[in-house]
Amino acid sequence: MASAAATSNAAPGPQSRARRWFSGFRERETWYAYAFILPWVIGFLLLTAYPMFASLYYSFTNYGIEQVAGFAPTERVGLANYRELLDDPRVQTSLTNTFIYTVMSVPAKMMVALGLALILARIVFAAGFFRTVFYLPDITPPVAIGILILVLFNGSFGIVNDVLGFFGIPGPFWTTDPDWIKPSLAIMSIWTVGGTMVIYLAALKAVPAHLYEAASMDGAGPWRRFFNVTLPMISPALFFTFIVLTIHGLQTFNEVYTAYFGEGQTGAEDPDAALMNVVYLFRQAFEFFNIGFASAMAWLLFVVIMIVTAVQFLVSRRLVFYQGAQK
Amino acid sequence: MTRWWKGSLAALAIMALCAVALTSTATAQPSETAAASGPAAARTLNIYGMGGRDDVAQGRLDIADRVIEAAGHSVSNPVGAFNDQAFLARLAARDIPDLVYMDRNNVGTYAARNALLPLANCIRSESIDRRMYRQAALASVTYKGQLYALPEFTNQITLIVNNDVARAAGVAVADIQTTNLVKLRQANKKMLRAEGGRVTRIGVDPKLPEFFPLWVKRYGKDLISKDGLKAQLNSREAVAALNYAHSLIRDHGGWDRFKAYRDTLDYFGAVNPMSGNQMGATPFESFWYNVLAEGRPVDITAKFFTNQRGGPITMLSGSGWAIPRGAADADLACKYMKSMTAVNTWRAVAKTRFDLRKRQGRAFTGLYTANTQADVKIFEDIYQRTGTKQFDDAVTLLVRAPRYGFAIPLSPASAEFRQAWIDGVTRVLEGRQTPRQALDQAQREAQAAIDKAK
Repeated sequence: MASAAATSNAAPGPQSRARRWFSGFRERETWYAYAFILPWVIGFLLLTAYPMFASLYYSFTNYGIEQVAGFAPTERVGLANYRELLDDPRVQTSLTNTFIYTVMSVPAKMMVALGLALILARIVFAAGFFRTVFYLPDITPPVAIGILILVLFNGSFGIVNDVLGFFGIPGPFWTTDPDWIKPSLAIMSIWTVGGTMVIYLAALKAVPAHLYEAASMDGAGPWRRFFNVTLPMISPALFFTFIVLTIHGLQTFNEVYTAYFGEGQTGAEDPDAALMNVVYLFRQAFEFFNIGFASAMAWLLFVVIMIVTAVQFLVSRRLVFYQGAQK
Repeated sequence: MTRWWKGSLAALAIMALCAVALTSTATAQPSETAAASGPAAARTLNIYGMGGRDDVAQGRLDIADRVIEAAGHSVSNPVGAFNDQAFLARLAARDIPDLVYMDRNNVGTYAARNALLPLANCIRSESIDRRMYRQAALASVTYKGQLYALPEFTNQITLIVNNDVARAAGVAVADIQTTNLVKLRQANKKMLRAEGGRVTRIGVDPKLPEFFPLWVKRYGKDLISKDGLKAQLNSREAVAALNYAHSLIRDHGGWDRFKAYRDTLDYFGAVNPMSGNQMGATPFESFWYNVLAEGRPVDITAKFFTNQRGGPITMLSGSGWAIPRGAADADLACKYMKSMTAVNTWRAVAKTRFDLRKRQGRAFTGLYTANTQADVKIFEDIYQRTGTKQFDDAVTLLVRAPRYGFAIPLSPASAEFRQAWIDGVTRVLEGRQTPRQALDQAQREAQAAIDKAK
């Protein structure tokens, strides 16, 4: 009996799994399901998978404007583009900038989003209104945010320094001092915490009330309840946003490009301190037309993101608590 | 077979048909185009890159359109400025426009990569007189001895002095010039205003980094050799020029303070740096005079930017028309660009603008083109003195200025070359390197890019 139970609980083998998958097609619903996801699959194959693998191929070629237009054949150059990555000091600069920005912006966004979510979770009156108000900045176009950075963080006449000045703190020259450009970008990234806040709010609402009651009965104060009940219970949401925001941070482009490198800038706004990896990649591809090199940069970034994400997953095993998960 | 299976098969068949139809449409296009491209058939000239269109642009487009339509063809010219990424996408899709309108700075990069057609055949077939174009403008679109674009507008840089600010600071306008740099620096220090760690008025804005080539020319040197293959960014003259131009900014308390204030200025508003007395003097492109004439009243003096011997110099920039390689209707494109840059076309739109401005009671401060003959015609036949001495003097100066003009020669890596010196100047402005260190690095980067691209 016991052995029979053990057999039925065992994970299905590869053969039985494949058979089950195929047998699913006997059901009409399976076909409907695949029909519904077909547009996405086609889109993914054509617009994501194909360009990805095409860029992998191009990263080993001399692909440039002549090859794009078909004026000259695409020639394989082996690892030359990857070797050039190592030789180009700006690649290192851009990667370093991107890491620093990510390290500053991700915790800041998570903390602000969690703070706002905690406030919203307690609001009963006009909760929907406040949720909307806090989410609204998230729909600001990135280009507008890029321009806002220059306006708000102007060293002499910006609102940020005016506020700091009110408290007797002399503000730095955020947009021209290389030491302060990345912090200003990280602070500005908080503008778009709306999406993260909504995720945290949903997670907070899902924490069972009886856990708080039990903790209170055991004499736990607000901080204790927050650290011992709230945080563990919402840790999957925190982990999810940690991963997503990190990837987003490592790929940051729009706001930085608009503020410092975009159309209409005189060039004086091209500080190395703001040169993010994707900005440099874009410039190599679409301003200097070194598309093979830019493709190699893209794959380098892909590998970096994969490594960072893998490390995050490894670390998370000890820190993330999934309800119902077997330890 | 169940109804569900029949339905599924029908859906698949429709999808397959759609795919076949789409494929056949796509493959039919070239053959239809080919069939339609015979000499007798009506064709469509596809133009790309013409963005903002004021009365002058639209007037010339109308004239050029009529030339094409008179030959039995049509013109497709959607509004939209030239964008490298979009152009690249069109090349990749083999949707190659017949004619593109682009910044002359970009021509070298595309020409070096064989993306543009040399215009020798076009010049010959349409009997275009090259001599009517400004030599410096032609040089800015010539790569390895071949002309790759016809230059259109020309922006020349002159020195604009704010008389009110100079007077209030006790500075003689005559001292605000670029030959005697000691006097200029003294004038800068007197005119600038800084309060509580903030700049509240700029004395002299050297317009770094974008006008760095003009400052180097003032010292008698170019940033790149005439053939565009040898960078000269770290010459003694370039280092001296950067050192001096930077000193004008340092006088304001440094780049941070200077730029923080400059970023707040509205150059195109009624209250601009001149009318708002926010700036003492600056070199600027010619189009700014139109803005100044239309804004709040100003008291300015237009002067030549002069070299160390006192001779006038100016840096020319502007846009041009080019034919991409692979264009289906290069002959129509050639006709069109000839018409867009012809003397009669410029004269006609200048007259229209003059009449329009007169009706509106506004000043006509001239049009400045890359066509010498057109400029002469406009100035002699159409232009009338506005009655405002400062702008009449400015127009006289602007008409003379292009003959002293220079343009940065094209190089096979124009974009990288430009980026190298801009980065170098920015590093100095940010205080991260000395002019010598920054320009040495810029020289290495620029030359490496040129060597790779040539």
